[in-house]
Amino acid sequence: MDLNFTAEELAFRDEARHFFRTAIPESIRAKVAEGEGLSRDDMILSQRTLNQHGWATPNWPVEWGGKAWSPVQVYLYQDEMQQANVPSPIPFNVSMVGPVIAQFGGQEIKQRFLPMTANADIFWCQGFSEPGSGSDLASLRTRAERKGDNYVVNGQKIWTTLAQYADWIFCLVRTDTAAKQQEGISFLLIDMKTPGVTVRPIVTIDGGREVNEVFFDNVEVPAENLVGQENKGWDYAKFLLGNERTGIARVGASKAKVARIKELAAIERSGDRPLIDDPKFREKLAAVEIELKALEMTQLRVVADERKLEKGRQNPASSILKLKGSVIQQQLTELVMEVVGPYAMPYQRDFDGRNEPVIGPEYATEAAPMYFNYRKVSIYGGSNEIQRNIIAKAILGL
Amino acid sequence: MDFDLSDEQRLLKESVDRLILDQYQFQQRKQYMAEPAGYSAAMWSRFAEQGLLGLPFAESLGGFGGGAVETMIVTEAFGRGLVVEPYFATVILAGGLLRRAADQALIASLVPQITAGRLKLAFGHVERHSRYDLANVTTTARKDGAEYLLSGAKSVVLHGDAADKILLTARISGAQRDRSGIGLFLTESDAPGLSRRGYPTQDGLRAAEVTLDGVRAVALSDDALPLIEHAVDEAIAALCAEAVGTMQVMHDLTLEYLKTRKQFGRPIGSFQVLQHRSVDMLVALEQARSMAMFAAVMAAEENPIERRRAIAAAKVQIGRSGRHIGQEAIQLHGGIGMTMEYSVGHYFKRMTMIDQLYGDADQHLAGLAQLGGLFGATS
Repeated sequence: MDLNFTAEELAFRDEARHFFRTAIPESIRAKVAEGEGLSRDDMILSQRTLNQHGWATPNWPVEWGGKAWSPVQVYLYQDEMQQANVPSPIPFNVSMVGPVIAQFGGQEIKQRFLPMTANADIFWCQGFSEPGSGSDLASLRTRAERKGDNYVVNGQKIWTTLAQYADWIFCLVRTDTAAKQQEGISFLLIDMKTPGVTVRPIVTIDGGREVNEVFFDNVEVPAENLVGQENKGWDYAKFLLGNERTGIARVGASKAKVARIKELAAIERSGDRPLIDDPKFREKLAAVEIELKALEMTQLRVVADERKLEKGRQNPASSILKLKGSVIQQQLTELVMEVVGPYAMPYQRDFDGRNEPVIGPEYATEAAPMYFNYRKVSIYGGSNEIQRNIIAKAILGL
Repeated sequence: MDFDLSDEQRLLKESVDRLILDQYQFQQRKQYMAEPAGYSAAMWSRFAEQGLLGLPFAESLGGFGGGAVETMIVTEAFGRGLVVEPYFATVILAGGLLRRAADQALIASLVPQITAGRLKLAFGHVERHSRYDLANVTTTARKDGAEYLLSGAKSVVLHGDAADKILLTARISGAQRDRSGIGLFLTESDAPGLSRRGYPTQDGLRAAEVTLDGVRAVALSDDALPLIEHAVDEAIAALCAEAVGTMQVMHDLTLEYLKTRKQFGRPIGSFQVLQHRSVDMLVALEQARSMAMFAAVMAAEENPIERRRAIAAAKVQIGRSGRHIGQEAIQLHGGIGMTMEYSVGHYFKRMTMIDQLYGDADQHLAGLAQLGGLFGATS
């Protein structure tokens, strides 16, 4: 047992650390650090910078720009990126649709989409959930009927993150209504500019506009935009959802947040001393740090194990990463709010702009919105209750 | 970075796991506890034969030459068996103190006796009001020729009634809670002026109240606190691994029960509310296992602050995970979990007592908070 990284791994870590902290503009990283929303341009600039360096899509097949890194390198890449407050590459592009196209798409569709997806020349969004199909995703009803060379799509998607930024949407659609639920679903790529596609924002409790409804009204989609085989979309969706196992814990991001909380708590005062010197506050923070350290160790165990497990098998410990990682992220947003005290209260922004100058310290403006917003973390990507169902079945055999 | 065991470590693990499986079933343990000493003399000899009593000592002295990872392997297995022999007191705790405090001649004379199973040790340091503060010592040491005379009282001396020799803290100089002036002493357990009252502990092990009235003792160190802290940190790492062993069994037993116990015409494990609670036990177990590994790796760290942070963090995680898993294990078993004749409650009790040893979760959380936490610490 040796928890030290090798000299090569340390050199890689240092390279990553240097790159992330110099190549990505400070202004973007500051927004991430404080939990401010990123503009479309921020996200695209960041991803293109990574892509120019060959670091936007390390998880892809090598011929399409992947790196074939070791699990430890992947871990260090994510950890350093998150600790430097660099925005993760657009997840819809890099973790979701890219790997699906690369794995299941034909040569033509790969050539057409993968380079542009890597470079964020296309901004993707994900059309999975529907009003009646949340945790029970396979019950989805958005219909795609084959008519000549086209599919005609009718239906509605919901919780579509950043659809307002997106050029294209990858959708799960029902292509066979007679088959068993899971066997009538296909994976279809749709240009958002196609007539009949309508995006309507959903304002979330933090006042943010991150998610949307997307409506499809007789949308004609060329049949060549089907990924893989018709009615195999559920398999591809499962592949997609199972793809990201370790990054989902967001340990690096939480470490950055802990460091930031310590900085802010040294500025804020409690009585005649800095808040950070209040034993009760310190204990609350330390308690989260311990869970975070344990999670980091658990993640390293999973990473170390990935080298040995044959493909497809999972370390039981991996299943807890999302469950625990999400809760820790949420707890840290609570602590930020606690740090800024009454300055959590002013509602500083909505779509129309924000208070100028801001009321109270700049860093307080996102404290409450981020707390409210981060309630999502234990809901999206399969709620924590669904995660428990999965673990109970797959790991515990219940 | 890897979590693999070396070939030698794997062999050790296989042999200890086998020993626990063959010799430490729940019914066998009951028999060992029923022996007059409260543990099995035969088992102690067995530990000696397998080289376990020499685990942390140098090979040149006839020991196994193991470090914290080897200790983790052994104590985790012992946790699964709920071992009642004075292994922690003799080998881990006193062994750790001797390695750090005793001179070569003394070590060379004691270690072969320990590894052969002929010498059992204990460490007396808790006093009536010391709680978990290792620096809080009122027992006095008065110089008398080359030796010292100790007077005072020590409480909850683990396996103090079985020990042939006892290590003791006593104050040579300074006030009750000064960090300096604390000596570490060694004395015979039947030395004149030393009296012991042995008793069982909640978890089926043994301890003793020890009173000292001018007891003649050899000083191993006259400023011992730093080395005691390091030895105790190593001992905590060992306890963390033992605790993980108990948690593993509580988790396994509960899972098995959920699959076999039927109510309302089906296994109770088919009910979602119990499935989710079982998953949360698994999460708590894996988090604890991760921190026990972290503690094992950090136990040898010479920088006392870094070591302290890591050990404190691990002890908090173990305490919290253990309490959660233990309470849930009893609850999910229902009535049967409450009975003395069923095993799960005994694991719960051992785990609970581990939290009371060398600082509970709250104590270590406060300590860690004072040191500025684990990440990007502000000092």
